[in-house]
Amino acid sequence: MKEDNEKIVCPVMDKHIKVALVGQPNVGKSMLINSVSNAHLHVGNFSGVTVDKTEVFFDYKDYKFTVVDLPGTYAFTDYTIEEKVTHSYLCAEEYDIIINVMDSTNLEKNLQLTSELLTMSKKLVIALNMSDEADKEGIEVNAQYMSELLNIPCVKVSAAAKTGIEELIETVVKKFEGEKQEPKLIFSEAVEEEIEKIVSYLQKHKYKAVNSYRNIAINLLKENKKTYEKLHEEPLWTELQPLLVEASKHIELHHNTDDIKEAFAEEYAAFNRGIVAEVVKQTTAKSEAKTLTEKIDALLIHPIFGIPIFLFFMWSLFQLTFTLGNIPMDWISAFFTWLGTTIAPTISNDDIRSLVVDGIIGGVGAVVLFVPNIIILFIGIALLETTGYMSRVAFLLDGFFHKFGLHGQSFIPLVTGFGCSIPAYMSARILKNDRDRLLTLFIIGFMSCGARLPVYVLFTGAFFAQSMAGNVLFGIYISGAILGLIFAKILKITAFKGVDEPFVMEMPKYRLPSLKLIWHTVLTQTIMYLKKAGTFIAGAAMMIWFLSNYPHNANLDKVYNAKIEKSVSVKQKVLLENQLAEAQLGKSYLGRLGKLTEPLVAPLGFDWKMNVALQAGLAAKEVVVSTLGVLYSMGGNVDEKSKSLANNIRQNIPFASAVAFIIVIMLYLPCLAATTVFAKEAGSWKYAFYLFVFTSVVAYAFAFIGYRVTLMLM
Amino acid sequence: MKNLLDCDRGEKVKVSKLNAEYDLKQRLISFGIMKDAELEVLAEAPRKKTIEIKVGKMRLALRSQEAEQIEVKEI
Repeated sequence: MKEDNEKIVCPVMDKHIKVALVGQPNVGKSMLINSVSNAHLHVGNFSGVTVDKTEVFFDYKDYKFTVVDLPGTYAFTDYTIEEKVTHSYLCAEEYDIIINVMDSTNLEKNLQLTSELLTMSKKLVIALNMSDEADKEGIEVNAQYMSELLNIPCVKVSAAAKTGIEELIETVVKKFEGEKQEPKLIFSEAVEEEIEKIVSYLQKHKYKAVNSYRNIAINLLKENKKTYEKLHEEPLWTELQPLLVEASKHIELHHNTDDIKEAFAEEYAAFNRGIVAEVVKQTTAKSEAKTLTEKIDALLIHPIFGIPIFLFFMWSLFQLTFTLGNIPMDWISAFFTWLGTTIAPTISNDDIRSLVVDGIIGGVGAVVLFVPNIIILFIGIALLETTGYMSRVAFLLDGFFHKFGLHGQSFIPLVTGFGCSIPAYMSARILKNDRDRLLTLFIIGFMSCGARLPVYVLFTGAFFAQSMAGNVLFGIYISGAILGLIFAKILKITAFKGVDEPFVMEMPKYRLPSLKLIWHTVLTQTIMYLKKAGTFIAGAAMMIWFLSNYPHNANLDKVYNAKIEKSVSVKQKVLLENQLAEAQLGKSYLGRLGKLTEPLVAPLGFDWKMNVALQAGLAAKEVVVSTLGVLYSMGGNVDEKSKSLANNIRQNIPFASAVAFIIVIMLYLPCLAATTVFAKEAGSWKYAFYLFVFTSVVAYAFAFIGYRVTLMLM
Repeated sequence: MKNLLDCDRGEKVKVSKLNAEYDLKQRLISFGIMKDAELEVLAEAPRKKTIEIKVGKMRLALRSQEAEQIEVKEI
């Protein structure tokens, strides 16, 4: 729908340029888009942030630009999903021009991808990104000379310092308007000879083609599938084929290998070394002094101190989440109480007043209360991603993870899982092997997501002293993670047997996190959370309010009101009022549903209220708190002190039941939205069903054990 | 024959052969690990389960099983 509208709005006479943005991981592609168009993309400093291609639109002079940000890829070997997405886009889709983004400080490696891009025979512009960093490191790149050598326009830019952006866009426009030019790429004599043979053969037969003969010859030698298929149909193939076979043999012989791709990789590498030697000058003599990254790494990936340091960071993050996050909580809580008491007198109808104050304000307030905690957690995870520390942790932990049948890179989706399961499920795509990916997907849910945090904070706050609560919270997260690992091992030796995926991962340079970037990441995620609170959760809160208030039993009112009138002391009056509310709840739809299934959860020590909260939590974990808010606020309207939900919970829920409750929250299905994403990523709804059964059984079993053990210890 | 896992920290070597099967070989090549590429061993994870190497200017993490398949010679 939206696309149709845009098409109508867009006048046809505007000139469109569709740009495919390609580059290796960690060259700052997304950041470049950010500075070009002021779009807000998620930019990270570990491989695999842009898994899906993202489109960005902006205007420049009379041009309408569409920039497609393709996932970072080292080469087109179709090894990972990123590589497949990028490769198939470049081969099959319509676009006008490629911008190849490079890291100026590491041209030789980046040129490897460029050599592959040249075989696409598309218009190409090279953006030499991070030129400011190169300056700092004393690396001087002669862009002018490089353009001449490659016959491809090269522009120095810095996405971080926002320099050269205008020039880059100008160059793209110029290239777009100009004719396509054959890039210069010179191979070793042996290969050039073979290319010449094929080219002259094609010339002799006056073969008609869009691409140059040279381009076709190179693609044939590289065993490019598409070119092969095309030529295969032609009558000249019968003569061409033996020619090719012999040419390949010569090249392989020359490189002392039986793999033509390896031979070409070596050819490209040699050519790129030549280019770098010509255009790159190291002005400040590169001393043997360690770079900053090396100095930091000496400590952070130290064989002995590395892991304790990592654990310390994690522990600090959780401590901070609790202590710092608690400060604004009181203000938010006070605000919603004030809002409730201010609005209540303005509504004359009893039912509507109860709906607005208890249902909506109470339910949403209970969720908004946890925004500070969630912001801190998101900041922590964003910091991990953007600084480059995430890759170090993957390096440190691979040996450990591997023991449990996981992959060091499983760490990335698993840690993301502490924020939200949805992006975690999506980031599991960095695992190429299907079995490894499925295995990781299955245990992501054990990493407690941000939405479960409110439940934990509520319960730990209710049952533990402030000084202990942070430690308990950390313990909850850690034990969830440990259980996840144990189940990974069990699944690995039962359901997902097979060979392991190799672990080859780039360790990017450390970068100071950009405040703007973290701000955007955290802001979008927080807004997403609040949106959920405003719409979905408010709706759920209203529904639960309705289900817990109707049908209203007038008879009960009469009986209790009579008793209340007779009561002499205030204390007795309060007690009776609470009993009335409790009795009314029990007769409501919600109460009936909870009571109906109560025998099922009775072995875990849950009453029907906890039961209902957990069932509501299948939709979203945020609803658990709002449900508890609605269910437990009813009984305590009179007493000022019991107004806080935490107090109500401490008074109404036995400790052992609370332990079992937390265990179920830790282990059962994340939420409806996450389950949908899980099914999509796993490839089938069948797996979502398995996940439901698996997590439910595990949650039930562990909650039962937790309940019994706690009872024994108490 | 010496392989990359045999190298000590700080040692600089040259790749002489990749013994990996097709997929892993392509992967290594795409990171610039190919014949005649110069590598330096930078760091080791606990019990040498993973090693960090330098290829050109890029830092790369490799699992010990993968490192074993890279045949190297001293420069």
